[in-house]
Amino acid sequence: MLLNEPHPLESRVLTRRYVYPQKDAIGIDQYVSQQGYDGIRKALEMTPEAIIDEVKKSSLRGRGGAGFPTGMKWSFVDRKSPKPKYIVVNADEGEPGTCKDRVIMEHEPHRLIEGCLIAGRSINSNRGWIYIRGEYRKYIDIMDRAIADAYARGFLGDNVLGSGWTFHLSTHTGAGSYECGEESALLESLEGKRGNPRLKPPFPATSGAFQCPTIVNNVETYSAVPDIILNGGDWYAGLGTPRNGGTRLVCLSGHLNRPGVYEVPLGMNMLTIINEIGGGVWKGRKLKAVIPGGSSSPILRAEECDIPADYDSLAKAGSMLGSGATVVLDETADIVKVLSRLMAFYAHESCGWCIPCREGTAWLKKILARLDEGVGTKNDIDMVDQLATSMFGRTFCALGDAAAMPAMSYVRKFRDEFEAKLNSTQVFVPAPQTQPLVVL
Amino acid sequence: MTFSPELEARFARLIENYPPGRQKGALIPMLLYAQDEIGSVTPELLAEVAKRLHVKQVEIEEVLGYYTMLTREPRGKHHIQVCTNVSCMLTGGEELYAHACKKLGIGNRQKTADGQFSLEEVECIGACSWAPAMLVNYDFHFNMTPEKLDSLIDSLRKMQ
Repeated sequence: MLLNEPHPLESRVLTRRYVYPQKDAIGIDQYVSQQGYDGIRKALEMTPEAIIDEVKKSSLRGRGGAGFPTGMKWSFVDRKSPKPKYIVVNADEGEPGTCKDRVIMEHEPHRLIEGCLIAGRSINSNRGWIYIRGEYRKYIDIMDRAIADAYARGFLGDNVLGSGWTFHLSTHTGAGSYECGEESALLESLEGKRGNPRLKPPFPATSGAFQCPTIVNNVETYSAVPDIILNGGDWYAGLGTPRNGGTRLVCLSGHLNRPGVYEVPLGMNMLTIINEIGGGVWKGRKLKAVIPGGSSSPILRAEECDIPADYDSLAKAGSMLGSGATVVLDETADIVKVLSRLMAFYAHESCGWCIPCREGTAWLKKILARLDEGVGTKNDIDMVDQLATSMFGRTFCALGDAAAMPAMSYVRKFRDEFEAKLNSTQVFVPAPQTQPLVVL
Repeated sequence: MTFSPELEARFARLIENYPPGRQKGALIPMLLYAQDEIGSVTPELLAEVAKRLHVKQVEIEEVLGYYTMLTREPRGKHHIQVCTNVSCMLTGGEELYAHACKKLGIGNRQKTADGQFSLEEVECIGACSWAPAMLVNYDFHFNMTPEKLDSLIDSLRKMQ
């Protein structure tokens, strides 16, 4: 199992039933004996409005990347619609730096199932899918087993806990595509098509899976819900900072002494997370920069990192909390190489649906490869910035922005490093032409 | 075309999972699960899946070209996938990948002559906190080093 040794500064809410080291997923008997499925029991006696109000009060925000208020998202679904309503779990964890959803599914699959049940109840839905990336076959098997157990015990099926309400849930495997983590591309993939994003609006709340009203949320978002229903939204909101409720999983990776997945309250200082929980920068080196929310988030220089890590504070610092992935770079890290690698990634994963992204990512990859190998020109550095600026906000989905944001921030904040690589090799520059080429 | 009873049972369950008339939803899981059993998406498999889900073959071709895990060419018995994305790169993923190329004597998306191993440089596999990481088929290996890779490959060779 993948959990790290717990750290005293962690606030263990979502992970409170995990033990270290844990051999197998928490089974249904243990889960039920420790308040498991009490959240859905309580939710079955509440009105849908009351459930959504409780989630709104908790100020829970989407843990997948965009940080949209969850209760508000749920309230957009038209519960009276004659169409079926659907629940979709986004477990297509693919944002570089992110490795938390697998920890939840591996340790406590029933928590996710209970979260889906509560969400389903709140919009009067009878069906849900958990879309898990194909590489996570092990976790698909764990979820399948847990779902079968939940059916056998009457938590899922035609008569959930004797209430007369029907809710079915199943897993759905992806097959290798970063783009399918984008909610509308995920829905296309769920329908058996290429993972191209859809034009929005309409948003999934109006027309989602199979053109019916749908809620799409991240694994961690759903998993936070059972405790919110049990202990109340105000309790959960109190764990974090205003408008940024609760705790979140942070995935520490890169140049750290103790990388791992830890649970921290929203708003914990980023340097505390890195230096205390993560054990500080490895090999006694100094911190150079932090990628605070997955590879798509703008980079922060070491001196910009003394801020609370919550959605609003990071937005104020010009970056984003994203998916909770924190990648730490030490003083020896090669920024040009990191950006070059990231642009190769986005060029590979662009679905090709819209031109600014398809062409933009391909050119960013080529220009950055040139700069990284020391054969770029000063003009190339400006071109990266210009190209990324003109891509930003002009693509069909957020993948184009996800490539543009790091490109802009890296060249602006670490321009000296890009220029240093220019000087490292001799570049042939033709002499200016003084004579006219053609004499008329 | 016939599949193993387990896979047949899985298909039967899968098709039930999607709304009536929208069985196409089962397409990608079906292709991947069948590929795991057969080794690749063969023309026969393509025709069989098209028949069962009532879709046109071209709809499957569209999907095949898009998803990186689906393949028409059979891979090696042990498909080695080394991640070189940012977290892995920072902790030695590129060196690990270069070492795997040298050790196996093959490059990206190639297969050894005996068909035992194939190699692929992959994008983030969601194991960033335990980087550098790699996959052998569906098994994750964390905190890898060239030495650990050597002994892993040697032990897989002995399994033959």
